Amino acid sequence: MTKLSISPITRIEGHLKIDVDIEGGKVVDAKSTGTMFRGFEIIMKGRDPRDASQIVQRICGVCPTAHGTAAVRCLDNAFGLKPPTNGRIIRNLIFGSDYLMSHILHFYHLAALDYVKGPDTEPFIPRYEGDYRLDPKTNKVAVEQYIKALDIRQKCHQMVALFGGRTPHVYGMVVGGATEIPTVDKMVSLQWRLREIKEFIDGTYLPTVYLVAGAYKDLFGVGTGCKNLLSFGVFPLDDDEKTFLLKPGSYTQGKDLPLDKAQIKEYVKYSYYQDKTTGLHPSKGMTEPEFDKKGAYSWIKAPRYRDLPHEGGPMARMWITNPVLSKHANKFLGIDEKKEIRFRDLGDKAFSILGRHAARAEECKLVADAMEKWILQLKPGAPSYVKVDIPKEAEGVGLTEAPRGALGHWISIKDQKVDNYQVVAATIWNASPRDDKGVPGPLEQALIGAPVKDIKNPFNVVRIVRSFDP
Amino acid sequence: MPITRRQFLKICAGTGIAIGASETLLPEIVSALEKAAAGNPPVLWIQGGSCTGCSVSLLNTAHPTIAEVLLKIISLKYHQTVMAASGQKAYDYLWETAAKNYGKYFLAVEGTIETAYGGICCLTGEKGGKEVPFTELTKYLGKGAAAVLALGQCGSFGGIPAAKPNPSGSKGVMDFFKDEGIKTPVINIPGCPPHPDWMVGTIAHALMFGIPELDSNGRPKLFFGTLVHDNCPYRSYYDEKKFAKSFGEEGCRVELGCKGPESFSDCWKRGWNNNVNWCIHNSLCLGCTEPGWPDNFSPFYVKTTG
Repeated sequence: MTKLSISPITRIEGHLKIDVDIEGGKVVDAKSTGTMFRGFEIIMKGRDPRDASQIVQRICGVCPTAHGTAAVRCLDNAFGLKPPTNGRIIRNLIFGSDYLMSHILHFYHLAALDYVKGPDTEPFIPRYEGDYRLDPKTNKVAVEQYIKALDIRQKCHQMVALFGGRTPHVYGMVVGGATEIPTVDKMVSLQWRLREIKEFIDGTYLPTVYLVAGAYKDLFGVGTGCKNLLSFGVFPLDDDEKTFLLKPGSYTQGKDLPLDKAQIKEYVKYSYYQDKTTGLHPSKGMTEPEFDKKGAYSWIKAPRYRDLPHEGGPMARMWITNPVLSKHANKFLGIDEKKEIRFRDLGDKAFSILGRHAARAEECKLVADAMEKWILQLKPGAPSYVKVDIPKEAEGVGLTEAPRGALGHWISIKDQKVDNYQVVAATIWNASPRDDKGVPGPLEQALIGAPVKDIKNPFNVVRIVRSFDP
Repeated sequence: MPITRRQFLKICAGTGIAIGASETLLPEIVSALEKAAAGNPPVLWIQGGSCTGCSVSLLNTAHPTIAEVLLKIISLKYHQTVMAASGQKAYDYLWETAAKNYGKYFLAVEGTIETAYGGICCLTGEKGGKEVPFTELTKYLGKGAAAVLALGQCGSFGGIPAAKPNPSGSKGVMDFFKDEGIKTPVINIPGCPPHPDWMVGTIAHALMFGIPELDSNGRPKLFFGTLVHDNCPYRSYYDEKKFAKSFGEEGCRVELGCKGPESFSDCWKRGWNNNVNWCIHNSLCLGCTEPGWPDNFSPFYVKTTG
């Protein structure tokens, strides 16, 4: 048996270490270690609750709008208010623009170099050597797209900023709605930019994902994972939140179940937090570090839903919502273009490295197409914001979906100050360590069983990790 | 060195004036940058207690584009978020490159230096089979750098991780160097995150003219020399005492909690994300370029008194 430690895992947001045991050319055990702690939940205590949406965005510079969205939803809930229609739509547009940015960045700039050989210059060298399968012409096209995608993602951020003020870390989402009243010039400016992004998604990103997938077909059978999927739902389509573009729910042990918020718990037996804080619902959650705890191996807690590990992210959302796929999918699967195929038609292929990439690209198109309609639903000149008063005492929850998975914030307010604030972020679900029963987290499970041909260049290990977009 | 004059003029919009160079001098600046960057000076970019927001902001640079920055202006030898290699291959390369260029490379520090728990709450990789805390890495690389760019609020002053009660013992680079007796020059490029032009512009200045003139907080005066409030396009509202009482209302944002009166930056003229918007037009300034942020500037949405 060979032990392999990959630290740092590069091309992700944050600090992650992966340890795998390899025997007979396969991963037989895996450990995922979050190697950084900052303590945002502790920092939030005692602050003005309205500051939460600004402070917690700084958890992640790649998906600040996700934390911003969760925070303002959490505060809306605690303050007992509902944003006006314009407020809801502007939030969706800010967040949607960042979704497009995040998915495009992930495929081209974070994941692609595991499949595409970059130029022989830093930062493209050093690199793992061996398993690059694209023919030279296709590889060259992919490198050119890497450059083009840098420009496209930058333009997605312009879209975020039109109503977000600027980004990373947006100012336009606040408890009570959004800060700007829409004007026609901004709507046009957003629509014009979106059109270019949509063309890129449909004409370049999606076909390239399937093109790359064609060269690595075996990876539709690698990185299966726990096959339990969770979505909190994202992009509310009406002010009462009866419908979402991507639906809430879970797929648990082969069954489709409605979302039950009470079924979320966080365990810490293998995390650097005091054992007395294990098994709590996040509304009562505690963050008490114990850096020298015996047996612990990660700064990430182990959240479980219905006491089972659940994977979040585009694949989970697409499986749960099961929308019709693009015509690129028909072409890839060799199915007549007139026939509608849905995500679940991928069957077991969905639960894999490439299933996750395909889900992300298809979801990117879905969100971009929906945004085009949302822009036209804005009412220029109508309010986006309702005035807020901080309640003396209150509790709140804000659930949403970060581009990389289920995200929840919980607050309790006492004397108009934050008494407790808990965040269960997407990567906490996916990259979690073992729970108190010793059951490995979703990423750990996805790694176990993966074939590793060359231990010096463990492509499949990093491909699996990055397919989660941690 | 194919950065075009037009592109360079765009990043230096404002810069040229501030350094006293006239329009006619600017072509020479471009050729100086081309010359200075011809050797593609090595840059090591390390991340501590960070959110990667500074890196993402750098990706938003428009003139020059990020591809031009990475491929034509600097030689980015190590950057966790963009580099191809992973694990030991990546990490060994960092240490080898540092040793080979000791005394010559530029070090960019994104995120705080986490000093709590002996530094083990922020680990960077393994050297000789041992985990290396960010504290140790910053010490070694900091001593061997020609200059350090302390990025964002975190690298400059500790930022949000260092907010009360600072659970990770986070510090900015200058404070950490002071404690460790490290003398390497540090340039703070604060902001949460910094504007891409502030990062690219500072790098350009360092390559062509050396370290730019800094204010008492270690920030280039070029970008942080003006008070937002004095230059704000909403200033006339303030003088007329016309104040926005709610988001979406016209008027000066001071009553909403705007920290423009205490904040030094050039956001008021530069705008954000290719100048499609900026904080005060959208809502208000939070003061994110100032030492003591966020604690001395919160609650954010309450009018500052005094």
